[in-house]
Amino acid sequence: MTEDWQAGGFGLYVHWPFCEAKCPYCDFNSHVVKHIDQTRWANALAAEVLRVSSQTPGRLLRSIFFGGGTPSLMLPETVATILNAAQTHWTWANDIEITLEANPNSVEANRFRGFAEAGINRVSLGIQSLRDNDLRRLGRLHSAKEAQRAFDIAQNTFGRVSFDLIYARQDQTLDDWKIELSEALAMAGDHLSLYQLTVEHGTAFWDRQNAGKLRGLPGEDLAADMYDLTQDLCGAAGMPAYEVSNHAAPGSESRHNLIYWNYGDYAGVGPGAHGRLTLGGQKYANSAWLQPGAWLKSVETGSGDEINSKLSVKDQASEYLMMGLRVTDGIDTARLHKMCDNLSLDTTVDRLLELGLMFRSQDRIGVTQQGRLVLNAVIAELLPD
Amino acid sequence: MTPLNRIRNFSIVAHIDHGKSTLADRLIQSTNTVAERDMQAQLLDSMDIERERGITIKANTVRIDYTANDGLDYVLNLIDTPGHVDFAYEVSRSMRAVEGSLLVVDASQGVEAQTLANVYTAMEADHEIVPVLNKVDLPAAEPERIAEQIEDVIGIDASDACLISAKTGIGIPDVLEAIVKRLPPPHSGDPDAPLKAMLVDSWYDAYLGVVVLVRIMDGTLKKGDNIKMMQTDAKYSVDRIGVFRPQMENVQELGPGEIGFITAQIKQVRDTKVGDTITHEKKGATEALPGFQPSQPVVFCGLFPVDSAQFEDLREAIEKLALNDASFSYEMETSAALGFGFRCGFLGLLHLEVIRDRVEREYNIDLITTAPSVIYHIYQRDGTKHELHNPADMPDPSTIDHLEEPRIKATILVPDEYLGDVLKLCQDRRGIQLDLTYAGARAMVVYDLPLNEVVFDFYDRLKSVTKGYASFDYSMEGYREDNLVKMSILVNDEPVDALSTMVHRDRAEMRGRAMVEKLKDLIPRHMFKIPIQAAIGGKVIARETLSAMRKDVTAKCYGGDASRKKKLLEKQKAGKKKMRQFGKVDIPQEAFISALKMDN
Repeated sequence: MTEDWQAGGFGLYVHWPFCEAKCPYCDFNSHVVKHIDQTRWANALAAEVLRVSSQTPGRLLRSIFFGGGTPSLMLPETVATILNAAQTHWTWANDIEITLEANPNSVEANRFRGFAEAGINRVSLGIQSLRDNDLRRLGRLHSAKEAQRAFDIAQNTFGRVSFDLIYARQDQTLDDWKIELSEALAMAGDHLSLYQLTVEHGTAFWDRQNAGKLRGLPGEDLAADMYDLTQDLCGAAGMPAYEVSNHAAPGSESRHNLIYWNYGDYAGVGPGAHGRLTLGGQKYANSAWLQPGAWLKSVETGSGDEINSKLSVKDQASEYLMMGLRVTDGIDTARLHKMCDNLSLDTTVDRLLELGLMFRSQDRIGVTQQGRLVLNAVIAELLPD
Repeated sequence: MTPLNRIRNFSIVAHIDHGKSTLADRLIQSTNTVAERDMQAQLLDSMDIERERGITIKANTVRIDYTANDGLDYVLNLIDTPGHVDFAYEVSRSMRAVEGSLLVVDASQGVEAQTLANVYTAMEADHEIVPVLNKVDLPAAEPERIAEQIEDVIGIDASDACLISAKTGIGIPDVLEAIVKRLPPPHSGDPDAPLKAMLVDSWYDAYLGVVVLVRIMDGTLKKGDNIKMMQTDAKYSVDRIGVFRPQMENVQELGPGEIGFITAQIKQVRDTKVGDTITHEKKGATEALPGFQPSQPVVFCGLFPVDSAQFEDLREAIEKLALNDASFSYEMETSAALGFGFRCGFLGLLHLEVIRDRVEREYNIDLITTAPSVIYHIYQRDGTKHELHNPADMPDPSTIDHLEEPRIKATILVPDEYLGDVLKLCQDRRGIQLDLTYAGARAMVVYDLPLNEVVFDFYDRLKSVTKGYASFDYSMEGYREDNLVKMSILVNDEPVDALSTMVHRDRAEMRGRAMVEKLKDLIPRHMFKIPIQAAIGGKVIARETLSAMRKDVTAKCYGGDASRKKKLLEKQKAGKKKMRQFGKVDIPQEAFISALKMDN
């Protein structure tokens, strides 16, 4: 019998928790330390890959993603050790996608060749802005020129290259963004991630905002206009949105991220990693949200501090809605009802259809471009009680 | 039984914060009525709400034994009366139960409007009045000037006022002597005459049931007596009789001039009416004491549970509170918008707030309080007359000949510099100036105002335009015809009955505009645009549009964020439950009251 996760596929996420500096907008599990023992970390991450893969032997692995932190601070040998471990119990898809997040500076660009040799076939560059002044405000250590050079090197090294930009920044006008995005589209390969700046709890920006020192952020209307402009420009450039903040030429979508959004299974390895694994017919959420040192120790001593929690059918349906409605294709209604058969969304969906926020086809429901802008409110309407 | 000439019964008249409770505490303490270790601040205010707000809601009493400088032993009975205008009738009864008053005035602040109202009530009750200037130890104290002001404003001799500091105890012995020397003993009273005892107040005690505070006018009341309430004709047998020191102490009997309590297996406070006359079942008095009035609610509003599942809890809470408060009335109400709730009647806004607070705190029920309304008199074309307690019940205007609304006489004392603002406020609220006089640097203005312009936020506005320096009191002045209409509010084209109000036709546009603007801010943006309109009949008089929410999306959401984001969305969903849904629109509970507040 096929299990639900197979509709979304299976991937591996490896978390590298270290950065050279903490960005003021970042609320991810990332840490700045003086010295990293790469051999110890390589062995520990590989040991975890082995442990998790031995629970799910024989699965077809579609994707591996090195996220962070800043995974481009890893040595190519570290990457190779982990990839090796991932081949022990799993079968790799022929077209497996292996992505690494990288900072676009010269030091890390010098490792690109090594990463490619270790098996990385896609990079995602954290360029964030093409304006030096904004890069400084965002706390980034690279310049726009450096970023351009790193991008060129990446283009020559890897089959697929994506980069991230952050917009709706301080004092940014609609015109500013139009020009910057046009430059980005001219430079881009086949994939772009375009995020609106959000001020998250626990970041330096949050503190600054509360102190009244983070001025010039766009209001709701300007931010919405910027989003709409982004959809128009990217669409015209042949890179339509396939998710709230992600654009690609058709066929070049990030396969890894689609596993999340199509609510497949994914193994998460590393101190900040989360996973969703179906074991014996039951879907679990796994996480190991620990300080890097504590995580390393727990793996080395075999104490296994991973937290597993069973996801009820309602939890699963909620997560599928939450993740699935982010992608432009929307979700498979038959799959949703199979997951949780007593959901009754029809009247709510009818109402949202009437407002032009959703669409419904024979076997799918999804969110329109207008609806994507208010997706949180749409999902809040649809979530089961 | 204490001989009449050794009894002194008195009350204390004071403005909030002028030190009434502190003085009472000091009198109790300096006569060793309460052991030092049992002293706590504001001994007489027993309810949390009373202590918090510094107000007295129920009458309290204490019996003090005092040996005066003349070497004789006296019994001093202090009745601490409610000081608020909402309880004017209760105050008048307490005043009738005593023969004298201490008029406590802050020696730096001077006389306030509320003091004035209560001191007039005391004068109407023929009280001897001893002025007491409190807080004389403070640097800002000006006892001479304030004494003069008392003479100017109230018209009583203040040349031999007691100068005290209730806080430090300065002057307390003088006050005790003044009570004995300057206040009269009870005027008359025959221990053998048929019993006439005034029911001063009553309340529910968890252990004893209903406790009734009485003042004996004539006759003698003993344990075991069979008594009768003359207004209700209810009969009881007295099972306990006593006095307050201030804790209960049983006595054998109470004679003329004495103040104390009885319990008599009375089930509900509702069965006892303040101002009623208690007499013996057999050989009782034939004529009741004068001045009894049944209590009349003047302000009405709807109370609805935010969570409609709590309706039964609300019913229970309201029924329990009503057992203990005869002046609070209620009936079930159904609102198209708010579902099931209760239409409740109160003596005034403070009374409303006290009841609402008690429901929310003691019974843990979140409430939606609808716009307070007064009672309108509707005269219909067919010659019938109706009372209107709820704008939602307004009949078809074409059937109405005319409407009358209640008016009040408001007295406001205000420092000169704020007079202009106060006059403007009163004019804006359709006031008619009756009088304007000066007492030193303070003006006293008297206005005839419609009660419906006052019930809601008049007092808050008055405090804010005068930075808290104005004081205010009012009395009911009867009904007058005016051009009144019902204004409806439509949200997303649906009328929200709980937001309907009665307004004067000339002010309808202004009020309507203010309300729709307020609602535009109070209602959160939805996924669609929402018209908000004010209308009279079918005619829209003000309109705003709340534009649709444009952006509410999490930019980044990957595998690791699923759990975290789910929590956020669940919170968002839970937040919606704090609101009430009208058609497709969620309206937050605070909007029902906030929408009515006028900023100018």
